[in-house]
Amino acid sequence: MKTSVFLGALTVAGIVAGGAAAATMDEVKARGKLNCGVTTGLVGFAAPDSNGNWEGFDVDVCRAVAAAVLGDPQAVEFVPTTGKTRFTALASGEIDMLARNTTWTFSRDVDLKFTFVGVNYYDGQGFMVPKDLGVSSATELDGATVCIQTGTTTELNLADYFRSNNISYEPVPIETNAEAQQQYLAGACDVYTTDASGLAATRATFEAPGDHVLLPEIVSKEPLGPLVRHGDNEWGDVVRWTLNALITAEELGVTSANIADMSAAPGNNPEINRLLGTEGTLGEMLGLSADWAKNAIAAGGNYGEVFEKNIGEATPIGLSRGLNAQWTDGGLLYSPPFR
Amino acid sequence: MSDTQSHNVAFVRETFLPESAPPSTATGPVKWIKDNLFATWANGLLTVAALYLIFLVLSSTMPWIFAGIWNAESLAACREVLDGVSGACFAVLTERWNQLLFGFTYPTDQYWRPTLAFVLLFVAMAPVLFFDLPRKLLIFTGLYPFLAFWLIWGGTILAPLLALAGVVVGYLVYDRLVKNSFAAGFFGGIVAAFVVWYIGGFLISDTANENAMLQAVPSRDLGGFMLNMMLGITCVSLSVPLGIALALGRQSNLPLIKGICVVFIEFIRGVPLITLLFVANVMLAYFFPPGSGVDLFIRVVIMITIFSAAYIAEVIRGGLAALPKGQYEAGDSLGLDYAQSMRLIILPQALKISIPGIVNIAVGLFKDTTLVSVISMFDIVGMIRGPILASTDWNGVYWELFMFASVLFFVVCYGISQYSQWLERRLATDHR
Repeated sequence: MKTSVFLGALTVAGIVAGGAAAATMDEVKARGKLNCGVTTGLVGFAAPDSNGNWEGFDVDVCRAVAAAVLGDPQAVEFVPTTGKTRFTALASGEIDMLARNTTWTFSRDVDLKFTFVGVNYYDGQGFMVPKDLGVSSATELDGATVCIQTGTTTELNLADYFRSNNISYEPVPIETNAEAQQQYLAGACDVYTTDASGLAATRATFEAPGDHVLLPEIVSKEPLGPLVRHGDNEWGDVVRWTLNALITAEELGVTSANIADMSAAPGNNPEINRLLGTEGTLGEMLGLSADWAKNAIAAGGNYGEVFEKNIGEATPIGLSRGLNAQWTDGGLLYSPPFR
Repeated sequence: MSDTQSHNVAFVRETFLPESAPPSTATGPVKWIKDNLFATWANGLLTVAALYLIFLVLSSTMPWIFAGIWNAESLAACREVLDGVSGACFAVLTERWNQLLFGFTYPTDQYWRPTLAFVLLFVAMAPVLFFDLPRKLLIFTGLYPFLAFWLIWGGTILAPLLALAGVVVGYLVYDRLVKNSFAAGFFGGIVAAFVVWYIGGFLISDTANENAMLQAVPSRDLGGFMLNMMLGITCVSLSVPLGIALALGRQSNLPLIKGICVVFIEFIRGVPLITLLFVANVMLAYFFPPGSGVDLFIRVVIMITIFSAAYIAEVIRGGLAALPKGQYEAGDSLGLDYAQSMRLIILPQALKISIPGIVNIAVGLFKDTTLVSVISMFDIVGMIRGPILASTDWNGVYWELFMFASVLFFVVCYGISQYSQWLERRLATDHR
């Protein structure tokens, strides 16, 4: 009884909060700043540098949206959120959008009432083992001790995978990624498992990264993407199509280097013209200026540039495009057409 | 008689031997070592074992510390310089020094403000901690909270002045009414202070912060060890008076006051601090309209304060219970009223007994302020776990950063503990 009254009060408060924040775009424009939720720190995805400027893969999505809406990629107030506080921060209206390597799942979309506007990184759970273990496939891990973060989906995925393959393992529960690195290096476990991007980032910090290998098996789907609240579709469209603009720009060969030339006058590719606002009224339909996509792309470059700058092969993290390549290159990135 | 004896004795020394130093085995370091370290075989064995252990620890850590690199741009650069030699990478401390102390969003050109507030803190604390100092210094202590608020948060000076005015008016009203009745004075003072704040709130325009003398810094931009210090000092200084009030309330004869205090203390003590912090951060956000609501820093201060006040109340209740009943009766027989007997007889003795317990809680509370890192506030641990370890440059540096944090906390906590021991010796008036 008591819980139901309490939950009822929560729901009412949630509805009031949702109703008050119906026109997010107007609020953002009036405020002159975008409140964007990011992680408190994840290598390559979001972290402040020594001058306090945020940088990273997720951060650039925030900057692109700010550039599209307000014309200034710096007009972002980054709100760091933890895994525990991120959803309440979004639901309560403290932030306008969340770009925090959040996995798109059914229950988060439907039950928590959020709208995932797309996927900016296709991740999956992988395994890392020391080279001298002599293992080349996860199916050979029978009886291994596995370091795993408690309370995450990776824990459940691991149990599912090992049970369906009928092999045994011994979990070593740990709390944070930092602790996991130390435990793994100290030899407390044979295997460390978490998202493949996280494994690559972790391995990059080792003194001898070459002594460790990532196994080829990816045992789960972790589509990470930005999300907004349910109920404000105009705002959801703005974030969705800003992300699509970055992806389309790469597909069409629009980069931060040539965007000034391309947007100066209509060229001979009509889709580029529509994207950059030299033709058609796409910006107007969104309630933005005609050069919204141009600003978004100019903020940090197209999707490929953002990827290479933050987590690509030239960085210490050294992730290859893999699933995150354009559909034309055999990846999964596929933006609906700008028409 | 004496003659015969002098013939019987072959030799009598007529002069004193010059004094000589005791043999080296019976004095100085040798004797000390023999008495204290090698008194028995078992002791000797333990000493050797302990020395070996200390040698093991030092021989593995000292080269690591002394080989430390203080100037490098990233962990990779550090390792390049070290070139396989085991050594610390203290460069992360030099590069992120300001972030560790002030957080990553505090305006860089304004660092002098919290630094000045920190220095003035010692001036303000001195007359409270060392009561031999001239009492007039307490005036500065009274002004310090408003000054520190203005220095750290900046913005218009009207806000702290208004807060000060409210407190002064409240005190004047209390002073006037308290002669008739304590309750009238107490509640009258509070109401008067709120009236001043409410009316004053209209006088300060919304744009006052924009061209203020000191640039306004929102609470979200505070961080680093500064945040730990601010939370620790604010919460300790607020929770001691609140704890005293709760302890006295729990002993009250009025069932309502006693009931409220008991429920409050038992409820707060029964809930983990981290739960209260989550309530402060997450739950309260649902109940305020977006964009408004109480500042997160204040919410956290309230939660930590009531948490430690509940514990301090129990410690002080122990002190009150330790006093012989005769002390209470002595107060009554002198014709003192409740407030006077508490102030003059009971509390000074009870508080003296409670000092170790209060200090224990203060030290614990100061360390508990690192818990705010779980609600995405960037105190020093939050800075280390979040932004610094997540930067591509420094991911993988653990020992150096956490050692630095523990050194900072050790210095403060050891200082508190030393002060409390001095205070106990200073206040010792009992029979020895």
